[in-house]
Amino acid sequence: MIELHDVHKQLGDREILRGLTLTVPKGKNYVIMGRSGIGKSVTLKHVIGIFQPDRGKVVVDGVDMATVTPVDLRELRKRMGYLFQNGALLNWLTVAENVALPLREHTKMSRSEIGDRVMKVLELVGMDHAAGNYPARISGGMKLRAGMARALITEPEYVLYDEPNAGLDPIMSDQIHNLIVEVRDRLGVTGLVVTHSRACAFTVGDIIGVVDDGKILEEGTVAEMQKSEHELVHQFIGGGAD
Amino acid sequence: MKLLRDVGMGSREMVSGAGYTVNLLLRTILALRYLPRRIRFTLDMAYAAGVRALPVTAIVALFAGMILALQTGIELRKLGQSEMIGTVTAISMCREMGPFMTAIILAAMVGSAMAAEIGTMTVSEEVTALDVMSVDSTNYLVLPRVIALTVMCPVLTVFSNLIGIVGGGMVADNHLGVSQHYFWLTVRESLLATDTLFPKDVYVGLFKAIVFGCTIAIVSCSAGLRADGGALGVGKAVQRAVMISVILVIILGYIITWFFYFLVH
Ligand SMILES: Nc1ncnc2c1ncn2[C@@H]1O[C@H](COP(=O)(O)OP(=O)(O)OP(=O)(O)O)[C@@H](O)[C@H]1O
Ligand SMILES: [Mg+2]
Repeated sequence: MIELHDVHKQLGDREILRGLTLTVPKGKNYVIMGRSGIGKSVTLKHVIGIFQPDRGKVVVDGVDMATVTPVDLRELRKRMGYLFQNGALLNWLTVAENVALPLREHTKMSRSEIGDRVMKVLELVGMDHAAGNYPARISGGMKLRAGMARALITEPEYVLYDEPNAGLDPIMSDQIHNLIVEVRDRLGVTGLVVTHSRACAFTVGDIIGVVDDGKILEEGTVAEMQKSEHELVHQFIGGGAD
Repeated sequence: MKLLRDVGMGSREMVSGAGYTVNLLLRTILALRYLPRRIRFTLDMAYAAGVRALPVTAIVALFAGMILALQTGIELRKLGQSEMIGTVTAISMCREMGPFMTAIILAAMVGSAMAAEIGTMTVSEEVTALDVMSVDSTNYLVLPRVIALTVMCPVLTVFSNLIGIVGGGMVADNHLGVSQHYFWLTVRESLLATDTLFPKDVYVGLFKAIVFGCTIAIVSCSAGLRADGGALGVGKAVQRAVMISVILVIILGYIITWFFYFLVH
């Protein structure tokens, strides 16, 4: 379970989060939508402990991120995956080496075991053909999918996806959405998904929350949200898929 | 008022930067036990640093040695002591000039590249990504670079000492009327004819080189890790890395000479 309670955060001279509260139940996907620059990525970074809230509480898997020891944080993070908005691949490693990195660092698996596992995950995101390429040589959408593979390689219990379908064509988007649903259903992954895409929200979201002004403006299931009276919610969710 | 405030801000930044850098050094020392896992990467780094700096080091060392011989040669000739030129060149190259020049070249060529590399990783969230994967960036990124330069700086220093002395020998032969044979004889005598196994001038120079290499790498990694604000921030980090490296090399060079020749005899 992921819980954020009344989280406040000031960055620079702006208070980005102003009392954000949300709960992601175990094994569910929570989709965060909201205007660009509103603090969605900042919210995800609180969940994984890159940012500490100025006020309020962030609890992941029963661990309070404010009081967690560095050792426990490392252990917790090994059970979490994070898809960065730009992929954040290391540029001197190939795609396959990037994806292999968490396993190389934290497990005693043999080279060939790791290689097999990497190829399997790369296949899931449709990147097996580009395994040997360097990040500088692949497109933004490909970086994102490689980042996705890296986030999933350790079979984490929690995954934070920052815009998992940004820059992907509709076919590839669908494949990624299905993958997110699949890891939830098959592995029981608890997911927090940031997206601008209705198709993504509708496919993967068990709960959808629209953020504005540093808080959750409204949250609910797809059906509930579609009935919302809020203008902003309507703009994000209303109408059909995309 | 604005000037005062800017200076104040600048010095506060410097103090916090120094704190960060010292902390990074301590963490790197603690991370030494991971070195066996990083050995491949460390060797790659050392090799790349050596190859990158070698040609420039050779040119600079050659001319530095020639200038040194020429300059001191003028004075020595006045005193009728031209035959001392081998001794003077060898000792000043090994003790002072060799390590110093090599360090400046490494700061400009390798340290700057390290700061740029790590700075780019920092602003594109790659370092954060390592953090999130529970991969410690100190032992993954910083340790190999620090070890690589700490090893490479003395190696290049030995090389530049040698080239510098060769340059001095050429000048001695051509302009000062000291034969190559006699020049090298005095060089050998000044560097080897002591009762210790390692002559002091050589080991003080190499000790300096080790300290310089480590300093440049730590300072550059630290500047890179503290970069923020996109490509502009990376540029600033590189500038800061080179500036601080050069300043520290000069200051530490002075302190080490003072320590070995005035404090302990
Ligand atoms: N490290 C930081 N330091 C200072 N300000 C930051 C930092 N990170 C983010 N911000 C600011 O916080 C605000 C929210 O950023 P965030 O990246 O969370 O937006 P977002 O909702 O993810 O937008 P997008 O949909 O475009 O990705 C932005 O105004 C940004 O300038
Ligand atoms: Mg974002």
